[in-house]
Amino acid sequence: MLVYFIRRMMQAVLVLFIMSILVFVGVFSIGNPVDILINPQADQEEIARAIRVLGLDKPLWEQYWLFLVNAARGDLGRSFVFNIPAIELILQRMPATMELAICATFMGVLMGIPLGMWAGLKPDSVSGKSIMAGSILGFSLPTFWVGLMLIMIFAVYLGWLPSTGRGQTRNFLGIELSILTWDGIKHMMMPAFNLALFKLSLVIRLARAGTREAILQDYVKFARAKGLRSGRIIGVHVFKNIMIPIVTVLGLELGSTIAFAVVTETVFAWPGMGKLIIDSINLLDRPVIVAYLMIIVFMFIVINLVVDLMYSVLDPRVRIAEARG
Amino acid sequence: MTATTPEIVAESAVAAKPQTPFRRFVSDFFESRVATAGLVVFALVLFVALFAPLISPQNPYDLTKLDILDGRLTPGAKSMDGMTFLLGTDDQGRDMLSAIFYGLRTSLGVGVTASFCAMMIGMAMGLTAAYFGGMVDTFIMRIVDMQLSFPSILIALILLAVLGQGVDKIVIALIAVQWAYYARTTRGTALVERRKEYIEAAQCLALSNKRVVFRHLLPNCLPPIIVVNTVLIANAIALEATLSFLGLGLPITEPSLGLLIANGFTYLLSGKYWISFFPGVALLVTIVSINLVGDQLRDVLNPRLQK
Amino acid sequence: MTDAAPTLVVENLRTHFFTKAGVVKAVDDVSFTVGKGRILGLVGESGSGKSVTGFSIMGLVDAPGRVVGGRILFRGENLAEASEEQVRRLRGSRIAMIFQDPMMTLNPVLRIDTQMIEAVQAHDSVDRETARRRARDALGKVGIPSPDERLQAYPHQFSGGMRQRVAIATALLHKPDLIICDEPTTALDVTIQGQILYEMQKLCRDSGTSLVWITHDLSVIAGLADEVCVMYAGRIVEAGTVDEVLDRPLHPYTLGLIGSVPSRNVRGRPLAQIPGMTPSLLGLPAGCAFRTRCGRADDACLITPEISAPLPDRPIRCFHPVLAGPA
Repeated sequence: MLVYFIRRMMQAVLVLFIMSILVFVGVFSIGNPVDILINPQADQEEIARAIRVLGLDKPLWEQYWLFLVNAARGDLGRSFVFNIPAIELILQRMPATMELAICATFMGVLMGIPLGMWAGLKPDSVSGKSIMAGSILGFSLPTFWVGLMLIMIFAVYLGWLPSTGRGQTRNFLGIELSILTWDGIKHMMMPAFNLALFKLSLVIRLARAGTREAILQDYVKFARAKGLRSGRIIGVHVFKNIMIPIVTVLGLELGSTIAFAVVTETVFAWPGMGKLIIDSINLLDRPVIVAYLMIIVFMFIVINLVVDLMYSVLDPRVRIAEARG
Repeated sequence: MTATTPEIVAESAVAAKPQTPFRRFVSDFFESRVATAGLVVFALVLFVALFAPLISPQNPYDLTKLDILDGRLTPGAKSMDGMTFLLGTDDQGRDMLSAIFYGLRTSLGVGVTASFCAMMIGMAMGLTAAYFGGMVDTFIMRIVDMQLSFPSILIALILLAVLGQGVDKIVIALIAVQWAYYARTTRGTALVERRKEYIEAAQCLALSNKRVVFRHLLPNCLPPIIVVNTVLIANAIALEATLSFLGLGLPITEPSLGLLIANGFTYLLSGKYWISFFPGVALLVTIVSINLVGDQLRDVLNPRLQK
Repeated sequence: MTDAAPTLVVENLRTHFFTKAGVVKAVDDVSFTVGKGRILGLVGESGSGKSVTGFSIMGLVDAPGRVVGGRILFRGENLAEASEEQVRRLRGSRIAMIFQDPMMTLNPVLRIDTQMIEAVQAHDSVDRETARRRARDALGKVGIPSPDERLQAYPHQFSGGMRQRVAIATALLHKPDLIICDEPTTALDVTIQGQILYEMQKLCRDSGTSLVWITHDLSVIAGLADEVCVMYAGRIVEAGTVDEVLDRPLHPYTLGLIGSVPSRNVRGRPLAQIPGMTPSLLGLPAGCAFRTRCGRADDACLITPEISAPLPDRPIRCFHPVLAGPA
């Protein structure tokens, strides 16, 4: 287990290293770094000073080293627009995005697993088929358009839910959270559902396929032969088996949920990192772009790592195989 | 799956239906009514996209034809000079139906071009990896794995942040996002095919690498690539629409469906739904029809599912 | 036969599968009796309906199949007409079942203790500790060393033979009156197979548990069972005590089965074999289902043979019994 952990850690560090080179090459070499990193409104003297400070007159490998050292110290430049460190700006916006992504994931799981299991247990029933048709639609619908339609229905025509912002937040352990106030929850509903839609479709498919496969297995028949009630068979024997792929996929998807939050945040004017990056791209606030990319890449690597480890905890077979390997 | 399965399948297929593989494929495909409907709808969409300038009631980008006084008319309303706007107009008095026709043209054009280029690059990479193996294989597949561990939108975002806007830029971004899927599919299939005896036979005949790869290996790898291709065209269209909606994709001069939807966003809140609604429906119909065709192709071309 | 009332009486059982291609009569008019403490062997090729018979008794026939006729009298109670809840109460407590493939019968993601404790608690309202103790004792009884530790393990940490022992221990938790064994030794090594056969036989003798042993392996039956029923295409074609049936088969099919078993006595001579293969249950030949593979078949066999008893206590379904003795 420990060996496995260490090996996975080393892989993660390697990927981070490669990504840092890519982002560095992308931002510092393809574009003109002077344009990217220095405020275009600065005068000649300021530019010359900034070039010196940032070491842009040094050879490329030395610049990369400087970039790495600065990044390790948490310094990825200052936002032109807000004039605060880019990292700080992103970290300020991060809780909103994380809250949205986590709520969406929970929504996807809490709705998707029962629906998917139902569809898997009754694949030929009308309800089962409708659930599947819904999930196919969920895959095909463009997220942003669904967001607009949600706003149209629930905010414009029915007037039930607010369409922009986080609403009232409450501080919890130093983090502002919407979910702690009723107003916040109302603001959260549409964006979370919008972001959850794709995940929901995915979970339904996974749960349905897993259930259909599991109920044909001998262990389910054996469990029935033991005289267990069907509630326990479905709730424990089938459920635990289908959870493995679902947790893996959802864990891996948490990263993409955060990435796709860009769309939902733009639609619902949700003040998270995603909206920040879009605004930054439109305003050419490049240090923020670089910082966002590095942070999200880092998050991805961490998420992939955690999922792999969780997977090995959940599935005893993998645990042993990996330990031996 | 064991190595014997395809042979058994082939034998029984030959015994059952004495017809060419292509005709069998066609008849299998049309067995599903849903898929047939999908294909018909997609053909319609394609027709509209190809002939948009001929069938549109109005050239939506000829500014001399637009009248700002016709702006934001509801569906079915009549213009100042007597023309009926079936799906209403946008803020500049542009007929939405015409705008959607032209938007489809752009969306499909970008999606198909990008997917096709990505397929070429990905297939070349996948075949190279599978045929040569060893270090080449490891190197290419590591890149593919790493790229696939990041969501497509993030990669597109990174590229567009670096490259800027434009049709060429978004095509490049879509290619960069998609080539890895093709590479992985091609390599996987090619590896299976490469172990089969006909490749060995071809190599024993001392045919050139080029000939073995292109005349023998590639044609046998095509079915799964075709399936992936349909799905990825739909994905490319959806991703392009999303990026355009975010303002990162196509310039305002060549509005795709995504941009049309984005334009209508402002007016949605005041109840003028049609500017966003109808382009979205067009997008949805396009994507769903492609996906239906893709699903059926996957079932028909999958040897494991053949009777 | 024993004096006590029989544990299980199956009368005219019919289990059909309603598939798109047609009705599959997997079990068609099957009757047999298992006395207390007796072992009944149910022999047949794959697809002969022997497993479905077992599942029918357990009430575990899955859609599109269902029991369409006959009675399953377990200690006098007709399971074919009992409610699902009544049958569930019996399953695992009074009637247990052991499956063919030990690799598949234990849930791979649940620990052994979870799977055994839940089996105890499904029928007796005891606390976890008591249930655990009973699970441990059961594991010890089937010869699993250091059962306390093994309870903590996951199925994949066991070998096939050990897993089958766990399954047997689970089946024994409630000291059932009847255990249905669906080829429990087929997937195991011969030595392990021998150990398990021996232990099952011993358990049966000690506790008075009856067994229905489903197998395609006549040699297993020869060493284990008291009575035997030979199944072909959903019907019992021959029944009797093991000694009589094996020494003097009356049905041509039984004769063929016995002839197919390789043994030292027939070395050097070509093995007898039954030509052809088990017919699809969807397209059974009219009349006697074995007709197309039988050397003795004639026009009489175009009519489905009813049960007849050419010798006392030897019911068979054949117009041309092998009365001359084994060839």
